[in-house]
Amino acid sequence: MKHAVLTALAAVLFSAACAAQAANEADIAQIREEIRTIKEDYEARIRALEQRLQRAEAAAPAAATAAPKQPADNAYNPPLALILSGTYANLSQDPAAYAITGYGRHNQPSQNRRGFGLTESELGLAGNIDPYFRATATIALAPDNSVDVENAFVQTTALGSGWGVTAGRFHSGIGYLNAQHKHAWDFVDEPLAYRALLGTQLGIDGVQASWLAPTDMFLQIGAEAGRGLNFLAPAADKNGSDLGVLFVAIGGDLDDSTSWLAGLSALHTAPKNQRWDETDLAGAAVTNAFSGTSKLWLADFVLKWAPNGNPTERNFKLQGEYLGLDESGTVFYDTVAANTPGAYSAKRDGWYMQGVYQFVRGWRAGLRHDRLNGGGVDYGVNNANLLRSGYNPTRTSIMLDYNPSEFSRIRLQLGRDQSRQGATDNQVFVQYMMSLGAHGAHRF
Amino acid sequence: MRNLLLILFATFSLPAHAVLNIFACEPEWAMLAAELGGDKVKTFSATGGLQDPHRIEARPSLIARARNADLLVCTGAELETGWLPLLLGQSGNAKIQAGQPAHFMAADYVTKLDMPAQLDRAEGDVHPAGNPHIQTDPRNILAVADALAQRLRRIDAANAAFYDARHADFAARWRDAMSRWEKQAAPLKGMPIVVQHKSWAYLSHWLGLREVAALEPRPGIEPSSAHLQEVLARLEREPARFIIRAAYNNERPSEWLAQRAHIPAVMLPFTVGGTPQATDLFALFDDTLRRLLDAAHEH
Repeated sequence: MKHAVLTALAAVLFSAACAAQAANEADIAQIREEIRTIKEDYEARIRALEQRLQRAEAAAPAAATAAPKQPADNAYNPPLALILSGTYANLSQDPAAYAITGYGRHNQPSQNRRGFGLTESELGLAGNIDPYFRATATIALAPDNSVDVENAFVQTTALGSGWGVTAGRFHSGIGYLNAQHKHAWDFVDEPLAYRALLGTQLGIDGVQASWLAPTDMFLQIGAEAGRGLNFLAPAADKNGSDLGVLFVAIGGDLDDSTSWLAGLSALHTAPKNQRWDETDLAGAAVTNAFSGTSKLWLADFVLKWAPNGNPTERNFKLQGEYLGLDESGTVFYDTVAANTPGAYSAKRDGWYMQGVYQFVRGWRAGLRHDRLNGGGVDYGVNNANLLRSGYNPTRTSIMLDYNPSEFSRIRLQLGRDQSRQGATDNQVFVQYMMSLGAHGAHRF
Repeated sequence: MRNLLLILFATFSLPAHAVLNIFACEPEWAMLAAELGGDKVKTFSATGGLQDPHRIEARPSLIARARNADLLVCTGAELETGWLPLLLGQSGNAKIQAGQPAHFMAADYVTKLDMPAQLDRAEGDVHPAGNPHIQTDPRNILAVADALAQRLRRIDAANAAFYDARHADFAARWRDAMSRWEKQAAPLKGMPIVVQHKSWAYLSHWLGLREVAALEPRPGIEPSSAHLQEVLARLEREPARFIIRAAYNNERPSEWLAQRAHIPAVMLPFTVGGTPQATDLFALFDDTLRRLLDAAHEH
């Protein structure tokens, strides 16, 4: 009896256990199925999210650039730059009586002043006019409170194929130093050859076109036409161009540290009745006039070295230019009284060579030698009246400058100027040049 | 004469888009363009791995290269402000001027760090558009790769599928490498360091390095001995593990401090070509991490 009860109980328990197991298996299958669908669902959702994220990431920059800054009235104002500069000069000769011996017509008043002086303050504005043109204006505020439009030009930006056209008042592309602003020059004053043969710096009111060749070596050619703004310019009232310039420049790298640029330029102009004051052989002050043609040849080169192309710590720059001026025509001696015409031909030339070495960050030292050749002048019948000098003016300058940053420069320059025969000028200059605002980078 | 004319004609009538000429301002972008463009592009880098991209000369050779470029790829954020405007102005190349599709600035596609609160030149070389040294974080490389691939597709639509395929391949390899680098760099997290110039904000941000001092008193201003003494005094209170500088930086300030603070000075490649090991973008980060980890172990 007891056995039968136990058996029945066992059977009941067994069948109950079996039923439970069957139920569990069904549940597990169901749960597995649910998990699988959930998993697939989530995987799909994650894939969708990932795709959305990728799309968003790809679109984000576009969205960022598509949202412009709030337009403000001054948002399109062009960047403004102001160059401030001053000098202290100690000169052994009177700068008011400065005149390069043998260069009568080419002489102009010295910019030097003994003692403390302010040099030009340059106010610069530059910016894009629209997608096709860019404008640059430099207004020079002279220490005598006069204002001079030094540069005011527009340039094309969208011509392409290496072409560029500039119109307005600009520094001619002739030579190396000419196109640079004075504050970018490495010495306080211009080379003698620039002063005597190029009128210090040649500005042109006119047009320039240039083309850059599609080669890996830098090769640029250019032409200019217009009205010259210094003694080279004829005082003629006429249609068409008074002055033409052609230039070609090539350049490249010798290695990672050394690069170079060389150029050849020619200028042609035809002055008419151009007057100047001079002291004649008899010691009288007379006014003469020149009509004829002037041809100027200019060759320039610059070599720059910086270890691995990093000029920050140390760098060296060697540059030189040769200028040759060939004039022919008629000179009228003493236009007020005698007015004697004489056939005139003159070949004058000059050169300078300079090296500037930055020996430690911020400190640079430089040496420059200038020379002009005075011979080769023939006044024809007026040889009896006007001085023909065989004197060769020279000058040697050394400089040391300290550049606390790329925006400030303080310079000491010592010079021995023998451009006046028999009157050596020993010069000491101290100069500061500071750049305020959005000052653009300097060309090579 | 006639032969000469024929030769000239042949030279100038070659198909202009045989390959896309890419002018990169820095080697990392030249390398990235080559990764994405393969043999459809020809890359030129204006600067090398040992050059300071802030200050280089607008050399005639660079103007000539910019003249012939079909696409300009630069960092932007005013890093090249001292020379790129001159190259663009003198290149006579309308395609690559600002605002044109062929004018690509990488920094436009990443989130920039160190946005200055105020702009004053008394603060040194402050970058108004934020820190431009974005290439030290591989996540930025990935973001720039996405944008550059899109730009290549736009400029050279005929090869769009080719650029897509190369981009997908590069992005996959780069993601793998990034997870490897992040694993390797885990010990560097939170480590206090000294930097020479503020070139490493993105690297520090990525790896969780803590910049406790900079050797330049202000960005771009040479470290003075007074400032170095100050940094040394600060390191006594708050020690750092090592000093990092870019391959093009002057080694003297960091070596001076390293000797006195008795911590290693680490030279990092900073870009492709900065060290002999950093031969491409992958090797750049491999080498950077190896040098950082070596320095961390040395201590």
